[in-house]
Amino acid sequence: MTVQSAPGASVRPKKPFHWGLALAWVGIALAVILSVTPILFVLKTALTTNRALFVESARLWPTQPTLDNFRRVLGLLSFEQSQALGGSGSTINFLGAIKNSVIFTGVIVVFQTLFSAMAAYAFARLRFPGRDAIFFAFLTAMMIPGIVLFIPNFITIKTLGWLNTYQGMVAPFVLMTPFAVFFLRQFFLSLPRETEEAAVLDGAGSVTIFWRIVVPMSQGPLATLAILTTIGMWNEFFWPYLISKDPATYPLPVALQAFKSQTPQGSPDWSGLMAGAFISILPIFVLMTVLGRRVVESLQFSGAK
Amino acid sequence: MTVPSDTLSTPVSATRVRRVRRLSTEAVVGYLFILPAVVGFLIFYLYPSVRGLMISFTDWNLLSDPESVGLANYRELLADEKFWDALGITFKYVLWNIPLQTVLAILMAVAMDRVVKSMFVKGLLILPYLLSNVLVALTFLWLLDPLLGVVNAGLEALGIARQPFFGAPEQAIETIAGINVWRHTGFNALLFYAGLQAIPRTVFEAARIDGASAVQEFFRITLPLLRPVTVFVLVTSLIGSFQIFDTVAVTTQGGPVDSTRVLVFYIYQNAFAFFKMGYATAMSMALFVLLVVFTLIQMRLFNANHSDLE
Repeated sequence: MTVQSAPGASVRPKKPFHWGLALAWVGIALAVILSVTPILFVLKTALTTNRALFVESARLWPTQPTLDNFRRVLGLLSFEQSQALGGSGSTINFLGAIKNSVIFTGVIVVFQTLFSAMAAYAFARLRFPGRDAIFFAFLTAMMIPGIVLFIPNFITIKTLGWLNTYQGMVAPFVLMTPFAVFFLRQFFLSLPRETEEAAVLDGAGSVTIFWRIVVPMSQGPLATLAILTTIGMWNEFFWPYLISKDPATYPLPVALQAFKSQTPQGSPDWSGLMAGAFISILPIFVLMTVLGRRVVESLQFSGAK
Repeated sequence: MTVPSDTLSTPVSATRVRRVRRLSTEAVVGYLFILPAVVGFLIFYLYPSVRGLMISFTDWNLLSDPESVGLANYRELLADEKFWDALGITFKYVLWNIPLQTVLAILMAVAMDRVVKSMFVKGLLILPYLLSNVLVALTFLWLLDPLLGVVNAGLEALGIARQPFFGAPEQAIETIAGINVWRHTGFNALLFYAGLQAIPRTVFEAARIDGASAVQEFFRITLPLLRPVTVFVLVTSLIGSFQIFDTVAVTTQGGPVDSTRVLVFYIYQNAFAFFKMGYATAMSMALFVLLVVFTLIQMRLFNANHSDLE
């Protein structure tokens, strides 16, 4: 095919055909297909009846889509009804897990962002003895791998009697992460000082300046950090997996893993599992749809440093 | 009157006395502001680091009191074939995962830079990064299922033999690596893309005027100027990669025939299945040292603090 025959060729000035450009497009198209297809298959499987799974494994869309799997894993159907649909009868309280995930993620995002912002402001703007040394210690902490901390932290939480509790699950994240403090401090350093100086002349103290000037001026980075923390915490597995051994406190990733391992023999309840999986993706999809542009920009921003 | 700019190094002596008084209120506010973060740091970062090191010199099953054993755990570690096995499997995972996802991400970033303007398409590319490790693992466990999985159905349709993927020792860790390549490539591409945006366009234009081909441009200009981002991506993804756990915990639990028992999974087993807390923390300390060494090597290799733009 020649370029001239392409539609619109008469309107645009003739360009030579770029093999590189075509290749790039093919590559991007392939990448998009590869990244989206598995998620579509999650949805497709969630909408397929258990009986149809085998015959329709290669089909792109179920012949008779059903919402029964969603009803089943959300506990809206009775045990007998679930089994009649070909479910294993094993259930996880997904509604409860959603609630746990919202609490776990919400508490951490709110307080971690708040406390990290306060600390970051102090490190960026306030003067007090030992400031730089303490900040340096925070920075060093960023290098320690999770497993080094998780074993002793598990022991701490166990000693406090906080296993299977929300406070046990949020404790290591709720007060700070070194990354959050570092991220916000870098931004606060770059804020223009003039506004703050004017406020000082008006007799405002540091606390007022922080709440009335710095926080409103930093909505972008604060939102960015909150989004990154939401994604990270919504998906956090290891720590809740250690702390929460009681289904009543499972957040979604742990609940999914538990639902899967309820059938150690034989094949897992795939359609139920994928329905549960899709439910747990949904909030992130909503977040992406509402704040999509900001998510992409924030990821670019955090990587550009 | 203007407020003196507050650099620590240049105090103005004339206002010194007044400053000291004002500083003290400021210092109090400062300490109050960092208080929650410092408490978090002390309890969940500093204390566990020191405690972990101390536990690593003990024999402790969580029930009885820890018993000091000196360097015994570290000696056991050196003689433990399973530890070296786990280390080897981790290396194998990293060697599949890192080069693949990094090279693909750089290529994708260049393609993004040249053709894709749409935020929507970029959003689709980072979609996998938004999913939890558990979810990704479960999804691929399903897609790659030997009997019902769509991938095997597709392979069969193409006349290729069905593959066991997670089920065979000689494929399992590669499969896990592939899954995580899927999860991270788009995100890394976005980081590289951000790096590309930071390179002044004039550099490329100058090269084109000098008659550089696209390939020359890529190797002589794009890659070298991307170095700071490359270091960032490599260091963070390598540190993450060496700590692979979630995918293994969900899919294979270390099997089949221990072929996916990566280091963190082995540490986890020792701590929470065999209750050998001392031994497990000793191994996590070894991993820590390993990560520090690798990070330093990478920074050195890439001459991290130096940018070719300057």
